[in-house]
Amino acid sequence: MMTWDDFILAFFSWQIVQEAWPILWDGLQRTILMSLMVVPLGFLGGTILALLSTVHTRWVRWPLMAWVDTFRSLPPLVLLIFIYAGVPFTGLEISAWAAVGIGFFLNTGSYYGEILRAGIESVPKGQQEAARSTGLTRWQTMAHIVLPQAFRNVLPDLISNTLEVVKLTSIASVVALPELLFQARQAQSVTYNATPIVAAAVIYFILLWPMVRVLSRLENKALAGRR
Amino acid sequence: MAIVEATGIHKHFGALHVLKGVDLVVHEKELVFVIGPSGSGKSTLLRCLNRLEEPSGGSIIVDGVDMLSPRTDINKARQRIGMVFQSFNLYPHMTALGNVTLALRKVLKLGRAEAEERGQAALKRVHLEDRADHFPGQLSGGQQQRVAIARAIALEPRVMLFDEPTSALDPELVGGVLEAMRELRRDGMTMVVVSHEMAFAKAAADRVVFMADGMIVEQGTPAEVFGNPQHERTRAFIGQIDRH
Repeated sequence: MMTWDDFILAFFSWQIVQEAWPILWDGLQRTILMSLMVVPLGFLGGTILALLSTVHTRWVRWPLMAWVDTFRSLPPLVLLIFIYAGVPFTGLEISAWAAVGIGFFLNTGSYYGEILRAGIESVPKGQQEAARSTGLTRWQTMAHIVLPQAFRNVLPDLISNTLEVVKLTSIASVVALPELLFQARQAQSVTYNATPIVAAAVIYFILLWPMVRVLSRLENKALAGRR
Repeated sequence: MAIVEATGIHKHFGALHVLKGVDLVVHEKELVFVIGPSGSGKSTLLRCLNRLEEPSGGSIIVDGVDMLSPRTDINKARQRIGMVFQSFNLYPHMTALGNVTLALRKVLKLGRAEAEERGQAALKRVHLEDRADHFPGQLSGGQQQRVAIARAIALEPRVMLFDEPTSALDPELVGGVLEAMRELRRDGMTMVVVSHEMAFAKAAADRVVFMADGMIVEQGTPAEVFGNPQHERTRAFIGQIDRH
């Protein structure tokens, strides 16, 4: 039987935290860096997809649908491993960072794309008509009238997706990119102790909780606004 | 001089034949009122004039510009045609002044200072210069529609199209919008108005056009159309209106 002291020692050892901290810190930095890379990348991909979705010809519509459906159906882990392990068979060397970048661009971009498309469709048609009637071009109307309102209308969904994306960066550990989770497992195996994993969980919590709070407040505000 | 010359306008929506060869000429400084039962195609006609709706056939010349020619820069042509919508369609994320100056800055490419000066002047013409910093959500429906009028006239159009400008307003707010339209008319604006405000039509219109089933049935001065309608459809419509 495990005693209380054993339990504390195995999961919440302050000494282990101190020992493992340099490794964890190293991983945390990479997780943050990766998030700062993949969120804008996914957002960029999503914006492109959403803008393409406003083109109403089947030559755009069908490939777009196939693209979005494919990358939303594929598990991101499968996609990432495929890119990292598959691309080298073509003779191209690919770094873990590049594989992660491409994988998230494809997967996350498709999710952001669907959210933004819903946002664009939530803006009443009359807005575009008013703008076009004053001589604004299609793209000026998109940039100044439709997109700002679209972003605002789906802001909670965008934040929610961003939360998921940051959490998802932990899958980079399978392509040996030493981010937070990967480093925590390293530290765990070096110290023979579960504390580094708990520490990683706490770090993720501290990292994401403020965003969760903001999201809740926005959702409450949206609910109140609808009443 | 004709500002608007629409000839033989047809419009199909799928199987629906909404406009069946409509001819409409509007002269400079003329106020033309288009009336008719709902579904008669009057709003569609108006929306064809600035090509918000693509006509299926016919020709439209506005201020000498062939609106349907592929060589026409439609964005440039639309600067000369102001439009006011039933549901105002103000940009909710911009202030009243922002609504009015957007096209001045992005279409006419004016600098911020000049655009704001012109925007303020346009707001002043609809007596809302003190509401410049308000967002549409902070304005009454009547005020919103007057901002929408300011947004259109800031571009100094040659003709203004009004698509049921007072239909979405509470009765007590209609007066302010009609007053703004009356002042525009006094300043010599050419106007085409689709509306059910018959009292306003009688008082202000130069010509009343009655439409039914996608055709112009009859037109003339308000006295002629309201006082002595020639067609059965017109008589029935005006009889119905008067009973209200």
